[in-house]
Amino acid sequence: MNEYSRKMLKVPTYNLLREQDKDKLPVLDVRNLGIDFGGLTAVDGFNITIGPTEISGLIGPNGAGKTTIFNLLTSVYQPTRGSILINGIDTKGMTTHKVNKLGIARTFQNIRLFTDMTALDNVKVGMHNEIKCPFISSLLHLPPYYKAEKKANEKAMELLDFMGLADVADKKAGSLPYGVQRRLEIVRALATNPSIILLDEPAAGMNPSETTELMHQIRRIRDTFHIAIFLIEHDMNLVMNVCEAIAVVNYGRIIAKGTPEEIRQNPAVIEAYLGREEGNA
Amino acid sequence: MQILQYLINGISIGSVYAIIALGYTMVYGIAKMLNFAHGDVIMVGAYISFCVTNYLGLPSFVSVLAAVAVCTVLGIVIEGLAYKPLRGTPSLAVLITAIGVSYFLQNAAQLIWSSSPKNFTSVVTMDPIVLMDGKLVITGEVLLTVAACIVVMVGLTLFTSKTRTGKAMRAVSEDRDAAQLMGINVNRTISTTFAIGSALAAVAGVLLCSTVPTLMPTTGSMPGIRAFTAAVFGGIGSIPGAMLGGILLGIIETFSKAYLSTQFSDAIVFSVLIIILLVKPAGLLGKQIQEKV
Amino acid sequence: MKTMLKNKNTRTNLLTYLVVIVAFVVMQVLNSQGMLGSSMKGYLVPICVYISLAVSLNLLVGVCGELSLGHAGFMGIGAFSGIVIAALLKDTIANDALRLVCAMFGGGILAGFVGFVIGVPVLRLRGDYLAIVTLAFGEIMKNIVGNTYAGIDDTGFHMAVSTSKMKLEAGGKYIINGPLGATGVEKLASFTMGFLLVLFTLFVVLNLINSKEGRAIKAVRDNRIAAESVGINVTAFRMKAFVVSAFLAGMAGALFGLNYSSITATKFNFNTSINILVFVVLGGMGNILGSVISATLLYVLPEALRSLEDYRMILYAVVLIVVMLCTWSPKVKEVLSVVTDKASRIFKRKEAGTNE
Repeated sequence: MNEYSRKMLKVPTYNLLREQDKDKLPVLDVRNLGIDFGGLTAVDGFNITIGPTEISGLIGPNGAGKTTIFNLLTSVYQPTRGSILINGIDTKGMTTHKVNKLGIARTFQNIRLFTDMTALDNVKVGMHNEIKCPFISSLLHLPPYYKAEKKANEKAMELLDFMGLADVADKKAGSLPYGVQRRLEIVRALATNPSIILLDEPAAGMNPSETTELMHQIRRIRDTFHIAIFLIEHDMNLVMNVCEAIAVVNYGRIIAKGTPEEIRQNPAVIEAYLGREEGNA
Repeated sequence: MQILQYLINGISIGSVYAIIALGYTMVYGIAKMLNFAHGDVIMVGAYISFCVTNYLGLPSFVSVLAAVAVCTVLGIVIEGLAYKPLRGTPSLAVLITAIGVSYFLQNAAQLIWSSSPKNFTSVVTMDPIVLMDGKLVITGEVLLTVAACIVVMVGLTLFTSKTRTGKAMRAVSEDRDAAQLMGINVNRTISTTFAIGSALAAVAGVLLCSTVPTLMPTTGSMPGIRAFTAAVFGGIGSIPGAMLGGILLGIIETFSKAYLSTQFSDAIVFSVLIIILLVKPAGLLGKQIQEKV
Repeated sequence: MKTMLKNKNTRTNLLTYLVVIVAFVVMQVLNSQGMLGSSMKGYLVPICVYISLAVSLNLLVGVCGELSLGHAGFMGIGAFSGIVIAALLKDTIANDALRLVCAMFGGGILAGFVGFVIGVPVLRLRGDYLAIVTLAFGEIMKNIVGNTYAGIDDTGFHMAVSTSKMKLEAGGKYIINGPLGATGVEKLASFTMGFLLVLFTLFVVLNLINSKEGRAIKAVRDNRIAAESVGINVTAFRMKAFVVSAFLAGMAGALFGLNYSSITATKFNFNTSINILVFVVLGGMGNILGSVISATLLYVLPEALRSLEDYRMILYAVVLIVVMLCTWSPKVKEVLSVVTDKASRIFKRKEAGTNE
């Protein structure tokens, strides 16, 4: 980590690394990331380091640039400045699908499922690069095709079952309830065999009991697959309960970083969320 | 001096393409559809002008006016009957309907005027200007075409920037729903666009057949495709783009016929189009739109 | 097998094969009974060709959602290369059917290769721009094929793109003669081969749709950004579909070329591309069986209307427009539903009246 980024961090995330992640290569290492749209700076000087099995959160007011950061991490946008290392590899100039192969998968704020396909097929699309079957076998339906399809079906059902979605496997994705669609998106992301998944407002539109269930599931994903999770969420209850480290952004810049406890007491965060208090006090 | 002559010829045919391309571009910009029947409206315009001159014996400017009037009405009728009911459906459905309209116009023309070619009498009676001992010939058709092209271009630019209807057109092409919410009658604006585009097609038809005097039911289709590529070339939806695209296409076509190969002029023209699109995917003057995530 | 039949896709696919096989058998029986007119017999091979073309284009337009207006160009490449291959192999392979198969695969491979070369730059474009570029390529291919000369003499095979460069020794024979096209072609095509071509096309396209590639293609069409986010290389998939589609069009073109004694490049123009597209759209986007049926009906329709002479094409145009309006227009649909609604209401009122 260079001098510059050390200065930027109010609470260096290295201090927050879980015991088991210490001395391991971070799965995501973002340095001084920034992007301008025309004259507008949407994100600037964004730094974060995420360990291999860490659950971290990204919070901030609406329009702070959170989703833009996710789009940068998955190469939907190319950054104007800074660098992104996924498992130690710089993603500069890579396309979204290449970045996914490096081990980063995501869900979307405005759910982007393949609505015309069944839930099972959605997951199987996610497993695309995991299914090994030569093109000619696919074309002529040679034996390797049947073998690969069978394996894919089993694995996809396993994943659906993991998130409690086995009974909707044959339903069209577009016809599923909102909360189920959100979970299906997570399954599809998991199907790509990632080392980190980005969840963009996973609890949006869920009722309190669904949200509680989701909290357990997020921990369970980390514990079962041993992967890192980085999530954007407005539900503070979820963020404070699930995340081990939290970054707060406002106007495209990081304003605080730390454990949930530290964030709760950070004056900069309180100000960003509630505004200045001088008039009232 | 040969090169200058080719340049003039190129600009002349390019001006015709440009006028047709303007029709394509306006319709695409506002209705977001590829109107494949546009080329056949050109043909209808030319036939009307031909009939008025040859059968009614009226002067040529009357024939042009008649062609413009008929095509304007035709444009509005086609839009109302075939395209308006399909608004909001996938663009491919509208495209196929446009192809149906194109077939219809071609075959109707064949029924009315038969498929044998007619010899179109030029609407220009002026003697050609001969310069440099006959090395450079500028015909009246060339002058008229280029002049018409400039007038149309300037007129349309003023129309879209100064008049209420023109501004409504720009608003609809930018964001149809927002325009509707602002109280713009979107249906009427689209009809107007078709009317203007078809009127231009009639003008183009007369000019085209004055330059190349063979008139057949299929006369419009090839120039139509050419002009369509010209519109894409310049950046579809952009008025100056259509102009630039049309004239450049005309020049490229004439020069490749003259200096490279007559047989392969089609291949050369279309190759240039492809190269331009690869370098500038939205055409020369088109705007690139980024998808929101 | 039972679980396979439960799957809706598998059932639709089996139905598609079944329809084609039954149609073939019926036609063969009618033919053997001498119940087919000579004109109907003449339609059999072209129908098979157009079914294959429609199905292969449906892969691109319906399944991938990429509008292509240059399908006839690939057909043309297949036709002319097929004719050349068949002529060259005349002395090597005595069996006509085998020679035809070689010509078809040769035509398909060449068309697929051209599709690949074109696809590298072009598939970066999307939507209407892709449409216009494929249109341009169709015209370029037609233009080049229409100016190609090929022939054989004692010194071997010659090929050139201008008359002056084309020198055949005395006794040499032109296979393709520039704008005059291919003449003196040996008519190798047969209905059986056409049927086999249709089966092969269906087999490849349906398999592709039901494989991981097919899922990826559908995903890309449904939501490109999400597809990319799960590691699908969108460009690579569009390329695969494009090449497969071109390959099949090339095979169909070869069969088409070897069905006539002479053929010119103008046959493979923009209008032919458009006709194939019409088959696809009217048959239903992505609906393979629909393509098979609409290609057959729409090919036969103008021929069947021949008695109407001059009015037949205008009628065809009207049918096309009306069908499009009825299937797509929300207003026309509304009117239709209002009519049925009113009818049922009147019916119900009457029923209520009798009850009182």
